[in-house]
Amino acid sequence: MTPASSTAGGVGAAHAAGGGPPADDAPPPPLRKLYRSAEGRMLGGVARGLAGHLGLPVSWVRIVFVALTVTDGLGVLLYAAFWFVVPLGTGGVDTGTAGSGATVGAAGTGALGGTGRKSAPPGSTPGWHGEDAQGTPDSQDAYGWARLRVRKPDKGQLFAVLALLVGAAVIADNLQFGRVNTYLWPVLLIGLGVVLVWRQADDARRAHWAEVTRRRGLVPIARSAAGVVLVAVGVSGIVVVQGSASRLGPVLQAALAVLVGVALLAGPYLVRMMQDLSEERLMRIRAQERAEVAAHVHDSVLHTLTLIQRSADDPREVARLARAQERELRNWLYRPRGNGKEEDRRPQTLSEAVKSTAAEVEDDHGVPIEVVCVGDCPLDEGLDAQIQAAREAMVNAAKYGGDGAAAHAGAPGGGAVQVFAEVEGRTVFVSVRDRGPGFDPDAVPEDRMGVRESIVGRMRRHGGTARLRSAPGEGTEVELEMERAAES
Amino acid sequence: MNAEGRTNDPAHGPGTGAAPAAGTEPGTAPAAGTDAAHSSSRRVRVVLVDDHRMFRAGVQAEIGRTDETGVDVVGEAGDVEQAVSVITATRPDVVLLDVHLPGGGGVEVLRRSSSLSGAADSPVRFLALSVSDAAEDVIGVIRGGARGYVTKTITGADLVDAIFRVSEGDAVFSPRLAGFVLDAFASTDAPPLDEDLDRLTQREREVLRLIARGYAYKEVAKQLFISVKTVESHVSAVLRKLQLSNRHELTRWAAARRLV
Repeated sequence: MTPASSTAGGVGAAHAAGGGPPADDAPPPPLRKLYRSAEGRMLGGVARGLAGHLGLPVSWVRIVFVALTVTDGLGVLLYAAFWFVVPLGTGGVDTGTAGSGATVGAAGTGALGGTGRKSAPPGSTPGWHGEDAQGTPDSQDAYGWARLRVRKPDKGQLFAVLALLVGAAVIADNLQFGRVNTYLWPVLLIGLGVVLVWRQADDARRAHWAEVTRRRGLVPIARSAAGVVLVAVGVSGIVVVQGSASRLGPVLQAALAVLVGVALLAGPYLVRMMQDLSEERLMRIRAQERAEVAAHVHDSVLHTLTLIQRSADDPREVARLARAQERELRNWLYRPRGNGKEEDRRPQTLSEAVKSTAAEVEDDHGVPIEVVCVGDCPLDEGLDAQIQAAREAMVNAAKYGGDGAAAHAGAPGGGAVQVFAEVEGRTVFVSVRDRGPGFDPDAVPEDRMGVRESIVGRMRRHGGTARLRSAPGEGTEVELEMERAAES
Repeated sequence: MNAEGRTNDPAHGPGTGAAPAAGTEPGTAPAAGTDAAHSSSRRVRVVLVDDHRMFRAGVQAEIGRTDETGVDVVGEAGDVEQAVSVITATRPDVVLLDVHLPGGGGVEVLRRSSSLSGAADSPVRFLALSVSDAAEDVIGVIRGGARGYVTKTITGADLVDAIFRVSEGDAVFSPRLAGFVLDAFASTDAPPLDEDLDRLTQREREVLRLIARGYAYKEVAKQLFISVKTVESHVSAVLRKLQLSNRHELTRWAAARRLV
C-alpha cells in the first residue's frame, strides 16, 4: 500500500460511510459529498468520482487501483465496494471533459468503458434539469436538441483494448493453472457479468435524470442479458469444478423451473410497477414544465398589472400594455405548445408571421389589430415580401386609419384594423382594412406615394399583386395576392 | 379586440328598415345609432349567464338602460344550474351565454334548454359570449345551438345590435367566427357524407370571407351586389350547416390549422 493509495482508499471509505472531512486534505469550506461520476467514466465512475472529490488527477487514482489489483487483487474489491456503496452523481467532473467523448485513462477499460452515452438522448425535455442529489443540472443544452452522435471507436479506445489484451495475457502467464486456480475463471466470469449488469443499471438511472426514456433499444437489454449469462456460466463453472457436474442437468432444470415460476408470479406486478412508474414520471415532468411556463406567465401578468397602475394617467400606454399581455396569455392558452413568449423564435408559417407582424405594429402604434387567418402554409421568399408589404399596410392603417389617428384628429375612432390572411391552394391572400377617414388615391401627388413603392412595388417585384381601395369617409383596404412556391 | 362584433351595422333595427344615412360609421358613438333604431320598437328581454359577477355588472350597466337601448335584462345566472332555472322561469328572448361556465359550460346550458330554444312560438335564442380564442370552444357552442358568437371586448352598441339581430332569428358572425367556419369547412380529402350539409356554396364562402375581412353585412351586400336580406339568409344557411353537419371532427379541423 502506497501512501497515496491509503489516502484515496481511507478517505473515500470514510466518506462513503458518511464520515467527516478528509483528515489530510485541506478542508474545503463546503463539505463535498462523494459521488461516482456519471460523465466521462470508464467503468463505474468510481475513480473519476474519487479524483474529483480528492482534487487529484483521475489517472493517478486509476493507476493506484490498477496497482492494487496487480499486487493482491485488493483494488478490485475496493473498486467494487465503492461502486456498490457510493451513489451515482455528477461529482468530480471538470467541465472541460464533461460530455466529451470517452477519455483515455488507465489501461484495460476500453472494452467496457465506451458504453456510457455521452450525448443527450433524443427527445429530452427542454428546461428540465436532472434531479440528482445535488440538484445540479445535467449537461444538456437548454433546448435538449437530440445530439445523436455516431460513436466511432476512437484511438484511445482501441489502445485501451490492446492494453487490456496485453494485460490479460500477462496475467494469464503469471497464473499457474492448477487445482488452486480452477475457481479463478468462473469467478472472473461472474465478476464480468456483475460489472455489465451494474453498468447497465447505472446507465438506466442516468437516463432517468435526463428524461423519461422512451427508447425501446435492444442494446440495454442485450447488455443486461449478456451480464446475466456470464454470471450463470460462471456459477455453472463453479458447480462443474466442484465435481457435481453429473447432477448439473437436473440442478439447472430445477433452477430454471424456480426462475420461471417466480417470473410468472411476479412478472405482472413488475411490469405494472414499471409502467406506473414511467407514467407517473412522465406526468410529473409535464406538470413541472407546465408549472414553469405558468410561473413565467403569472410573473409577466403581475408585472404588467404593476406597470398599468404606474401609468394609469396614460390611457394609450395602459391599452398597449394590456393588449400585449393579453396576447401573451392567449398565446399560451390557445396555442398547442405555446410558451407564452413570442420573442424567442422566428415565425415558421404564414399565420404565425402575420400574427407576429400585427403584434409588433400594434405595440408600436397602440392601435388594436384584429387578425383572422384561414388555412396556413410554410413561408417562402415571396411570402416574406408579402408579409413586409402587409406590415407597411398595417402601419399606414394604424397611423391614418385607426383609433389613434382618429383620436389625434379629433375624429370619431375608426376602431380596430382588420387583417385577414387566407391560403387557398397556391394563392395566398392578405387584406388589411381600416375604417378611418380614407382618402382619394388619385389625389395623392406622385412623389408622396410611399405606399406605391413599399407596397405595390414590392409585391410586383416578387410576382404578386397589390390593390388599394379607398374613398374619403369609407376607410381604406389593401389587398395583397401572391402565388406561393411549389410544395415544399 | 374591441371590434370583434363589428359585423353588425348598428342601425339595423328590428322591423324599422330605417337605414342610416350612407357614411354613418359603424360603431362610432356608443349606442347613438342604435337608440334611434330600437327605442321605438319592441323590447328585447335578456338573461345574462356568466360566472364573473363583475362582467355581468359591466354588461348590465352598458346595455341595461332599457329606455335607451331597448334591452331589458330580466335575469342573471352564474352557473349551469342557475342558468337553466332562470331561463325556464323567465323565458327571455335572448340569453347572453358565456362559453366557460362551472358545471359543464355553455354547451351544457344549451343542451338542457333545447326544449325552450326549439319552441315553435317565441323560442329562446342564445348568443355566445367569450374571451376564448379556441376554435373548439367557439364552434362547439355554435353546434350546441347558439345563434352567434362575439367576444367580450365587443362595444356596448355592437352588443345591443347583436342581441337584436339574434332575437329576430338572424345569425351573428364575428370575423373570427367566420374564419373558424371557413377553416372547418375547408376542402379536405374526406368525401362529404351529406352533400347539402357538408359543403359551403361558392356564394356562402364569398360572404364568409368578406365577414372575416371585417365587412359589415351592409358592406358585404354592396360588395356582392345583393341585398342585406340575402346576406343574412346566406349566413343563416351557414349556421344551419354548421349545426347540422355530421362531418366528423368538424371542430378539430377548425382547430388544427391545415397546412395546405
